[in-house]
Amino acid sequence: MTSALWAVEIPYWGQTLLRVLGGVVAVLLPAGTIVYVFLFKMMSFMQSRLGPMEAGPYGSLQLVAEVGKWLQKEDIAPERADRFIFRLAPIVVLASTFLLVAVVPFGPDAWFTNFETGIYYAMAVSSVSVLGILMAGWASANKYSLLGGLRAAGQLIAYELPMVLAVIGVVIQAESMNLQQIVVAQNAGSIFGWDGLGNPYLLTQFVGFLIFMIAVQAELTQAPFDMPIAESELVSGYMTEYSGFRFLMFFIGEFATAGVFALIASVLFLGGWGVPFAWFGWNGIDDVDNWMNVVGPLVMFGKMMLLVFLIMWVRFSYPRFREDQLQRFAWKFLIPVSLGNIVLTAVAKVVW
Amino acid sequence: MAKVPGLVKGLGVTFSTMVQTITKGANTVQYPHEKEAPPTRARGVIALREDNCTSCMLCARSCPDWCIYIEGHKELAPPRRAGGKPRQVNKLDRFDIDFALCMYCGICVEVCPFDALFWSPEYEYSEGRIADLLHDKTKLGEWMETVPEAPELEAGADKKGKK
Repeated sequence: MTSALWAVEIPYWGQTLLRVLGGVVAVLLPAGTIVYVFLFKMMSFMQSRLGPMEAGPYGSLQLVAEVGKWLQKEDIAPERADRFIFRLAPIVVLASTFLLVAVVPFGPDAWFTNFETGIYYAMAVSSVSVLGILMAGWASANKYSLLGGLRAAGQLIAYELPMVLAVIGVVIQAESMNLQQIVVAQNAGSIFGWDGLGNPYLLTQFVGFLIFMIAVQAELTQAPFDMPIAESELVSGYMTEYSGFRFLMFFIGEFATAGVFALIASVLFLGGWGVPFAWFGWNGIDDVDNWMNVVGPLVMFGKMMLLVFLIMWVRFSYPRFREDQLQRFAWKFLIPVSLGNIVLTAVAKVVW
Repeated sequence: MAKVPGLVKGLGVTFSTMVQTITKGANTVQYPHEKEAPPTRARGVIALREDNCTSCMLCARSCPDWCIYIEGHKELAPPRRAGGKPRQVNKLDRFDIDFALCMYCGICVEVCPFDALFWSPEYEYSEGRIADLLHDKTKLGEWMETVPEAPELEAGADKKGKK
């Protein structure tokens, strides 16, 4: 419980308020950090330039300036657009991100909800954003937007499958769909009796990790999977007609979702908030000291930055796929490989 | 699978560029704070040597954008030799170049038979209002100071000018 952190009894409404605030922080803080560190700075460095340098020391307030600019812009809806759905779409996309962060555990007691089938919920909720994108593409009354929306739908559905199949390997190995138990299983585990590193599933499920990260890349519509927003072909696809605050919501949604997916990937493959329990002589979740509720989120943040670095590194390095290459890659390569991964994991699980 | 080495190589290129930018600095310069000198004969702006201009209008007529405006009048100048007739010269009243229209083709500089127009490497003359980009002969004359010396003629070449 959150209350255990301060060792005082917080009333239910207080806990709820804390969780809502925590959720907002857990979505917006990584999004802001990712945009500044990776989108502004790392991308520029990879292109041998410095990026924004004027707003704030070393350009650190550039994002504040950008948000201020977007807030001032007029909120335009095209004349023939379906107004209600057009306005609802960015909210649906952002809502999917907030729903997704709800199951991520940040510490032994620092979590928002502790579903028994947490990863199942996460996979289900992450596909809500497809609806938002399809709504945006359709309601814009713009053929480029519609094409972008349809491409997004085809792509996100195609890559949902390898993602779920890659997760199944982890679920088999952890014997649980609860994200908290997946974390504990990794940190309390051992590699052939040596427990100095726990047993991060990155090692045993490396194929699953690769498939998961590729699928995440596609789910986030980051290059090389950015056909739905392909600015040179579709003029930013489903985002074309959005301006001002609604564009800002899509923008936040894109990078917040990158952060949240990185959080989930760190829970599944890197041991989440935990450090190997053997370091401090803990045996299970009940032995974990209370200070992990503070250190845990920081550990999570570090692992998230590492994974987002991978996502962004790939994004800034590769050119865009063609639509048929994208579908062939998902259906003919990723899905068979992930099915094979499940079979291997299941056999290994039974044998050991 | 055959594409994997290429993919890894691509990641290596971006990563090493990032490390280079962090350790050795970027290839770009932070423009208003530090400036790169343009090449000596860069085509930045067109400068006018007013004394050489005879308002013959060749530049204005050859300009594809019609961005050169010339007005002049005839004046009588004292004769060159004692006892001669007073000469008639063209005096320049107005010589404006609208740099909002100019496309820097340089035809006016090429076509000028009296060496009155020159390329200057000066490039910092942007304005907040588009109408302010219409520069008159005084301003064009000031840019003459920035025009680099003409390169030496090749050996054996005919030297033009007054005999």
